[in-house]
Amino acid sequence: MPERAVFKARKGLNEKIIQQISQHKQEPQWMREFRLQAYALFQKKPMPRWGADLSAIDFSDIYYYLKPTRQSEKRWEDVPSEIKTTFDRLGIPQAERKYLAGVGAQYESEVVYHSLQKHLEKKGVIFVDTDTGLRKYSKIFKKYFGTVVPPGDNKFAALNSAVWSGGSFLYVPQGVHVDLPLQAYFRINAEKMGQFERTLIIAEEGSSVHYVEGCTASTYSSGSLHSAVVEIIVKRGAHVRYTTIQNWAKNVYNLVTKRAVAYQDAVMEWVDGNLGSFKTMKYPSVYLMEPGARAEILSLAFAADGQHQDAGGKVIHVAPHTSSRIISKSISKGTGRTSYRGLLKVHRGATDVKSRVVCDALMFGKYARSDTYPTIKIDELQTQIEHEASVSKIRDEQLFYLTSRGVTEDEARGLIVNGFIEPIVKELPMEYAVELNRLIEMEMEGSVG
Amino acid sequence: MTPLLNIRNLEVTSDRKKIIQQCSLHIRKGEVHIIMGPNGSGKSTLCHTIMGHPQYRVTRGSMKFNDVNLQKLSPTERAKLGLFLAFQYPQALPGVSLGQVMRATAHSMPLPKLKQALQNALQSMQLAEEFATRSLNEHASGGEKKRLEMVQLMLLKPKLAILDEIDSGIDIDALKLITQAINEQRAQQKTSFLIITHYPRLLQHLTPDRVHIMMHGRIVHSGDSTLGKQLEQEGYAAFEYTHKLTRTLRKKQTTQRD
Repeated sequence: MPERAVFKARKGLNEKIIQQISQHKQEPQWMREFRLQAYALFQKKPMPRWGADLSAIDFSDIYYYLKPTRQSEKRWEDVPSEIKTTFDRLGIPQAERKYLAGVGAQYESEVVYHSLQKHLEKKGVIFVDTDTGLRKYSKIFKKYFGTVVPPGDNKFAALNSAVWSGGSFLYVPQGVHVDLPLQAYFRINAEKMGQFERTLIIAEEGSSVHYVEGCTASTYSSGSLHSAVVEIIVKRGAHVRYTTIQNWAKNVYNLVTKRAVAYQDAVMEWVDGNLGSFKTMKYPSVYLMEPGARAEILSLAFAADGQHQDAGGKVIHVAPHTSSRIISKSISKGTGRTSYRGLLKVHRGATDVKSRVVCDALMFGKYARSDTYPTIKIDELQTQIEHEASVSKIRDEQLFYLTSRGVTEDEARGLIVNGFIEPIVKELPMEYAVELNRLIEMEMEGSVG
Repeated sequence: MTPLLNIRNLEVTSDRKKIIQQCSLHIRKGEVHIIMGPNGSGKSTLCHTIMGHPQYRVTRGSMKFNDVNLQKLSPTERAKLGLFLAFQYPQALPGVSLGQVMRATAHSMPLPKLKQALQNALQSMQLAEEFATRSLNEHASGGEKKRLEMVQLMLLKPKLAILDEIDSGIDIDALKLITQAINEQRAQQKTSFLIITHYPRLLQHLTPDRVHIMMHGRIVHSGDSTLGKQLEQEGYAAFEYTHKLTRTLRKKQTTQRD
């Protein structure tokens, strides 16, 4: 497919390119300064020396900005046919007809297609791409942007803050319940294209929303970098669930910072599935700021040959009477490697905290690898913490049991793997669950134990 | 009539240890055979070997099913020929339901028909419908697991069903249900059975064609259903003598031949 970029910044990064991006987007002065400050931090911050090996990333060999069409399209008819073809292949329109409430779809770094059902608009729900959010809703935007994940948080958060483009801006007013999952499908396919989308979600008091983000990427030859930032504010009594299934091409570095703050009696849930990419580092986190807040993190990772999925979750109990649960399931096969990396922190004074962490790993073959790095920091005695970890290989006895029933060995493995991830899959919207099961079956095909 | 299962002079090795030696067994269509024997005599190994467990190697002798040599076939292929094994300790399969397993095996059966058959089988084993959809053998009692094995047998309709201690760890009501199902399958489907048991009480509910005593990896004695009674009265010690005697005789024969 030919690249359809209207504007494309030069490869590599410097202050001038950042100025250019900001200028091209016609951003206010404060955002330009925010970007430049973040860039300075990015240069100062060291590369993380833990987690996945990132030494092969060449920051000067990446395009940081690409704009495919002049404007965000609102109606489906206005979307260029070439882009529609891509969506067709991904099965979006069908999915939309059945389930979608609104679609923000990202094509080469910019949201080009965006539709939002009328009744959401009437309720005052704002669901737009982040650039539009900055332009049209600057007051709310500026109040929250960069407050959950400050640019100085880590090197990749700084990079994203400097060059971000696209992503979703979602605002749910007080007491509003969005009853259908809001979905954003996006895809990158320009070679060496970096994706730096930025998502900001604000759920006002007593509101609820389920945001679903699914990514598929076509395969291309040279390395690509995906470094997103997601910030979520869950106010008193609100409920946010954020679901991701990512299946980047096997040469993509997927380095994402996802964080939420939850206030009194609020519930924040991350459902995070990582299948593709070359290396992933992603630990969705929740700060439980006020009593009654609850966090739930379901993390799923699948690493095939040459992949390293370094994933997990973090929960920080700042306030008393808060609870959390982290369930991590990982599968590694061939030379694939999965790592569970988690943080559970309980601040002093945060009494009556309940937390449960379960991480299970399943490995295939002699060379697959799985590690667990659970960090637990408890500064308060009155807490109730449970931690369970298990590593298993598919047991020969399970395979024998199934094959003795006439199931083929491949099918038997598929059944066991799908059974293993079932606790997470059952939390996904239907079409994602089906897609995920199919992807995993495809990955498992012909694998020799 | 050629036997359905024809095992001749079988020797089975696991981790370089001989577990079964000089074992011969012929089971015809519709016949019920029972194997009894003390712990560690090789009964379970025999079951697993017939079904094709990779841990056990046949180092001598032959194993034929309907005149087909079983040795080079995978467990899947053996199952497709009509063999079935009800396990002594059925494997728990987290997240995998009985319905899913049956769907993966019974490809030819249309889904509504399969669902109906599954429901009927569960009902006849007095198991709630939800057993079709929850994780197979997980959080199930010993008796439920054994009944679930019978449900699978009823659906798969094998030609030969091997039941490895189907009667251990179950109460008398479950025993009645299970033996009833065995008798029905035998009468309606002409299913053959090879049943491993420790308990002569099973013989009160079944009318086996042959009863075999297995000790030290060999079948040391075969007889009709009265053998069970004899065993109950005299214990395995009585057969220990036969075992030793045959071994001495065999040794003599070999020395004579030399």
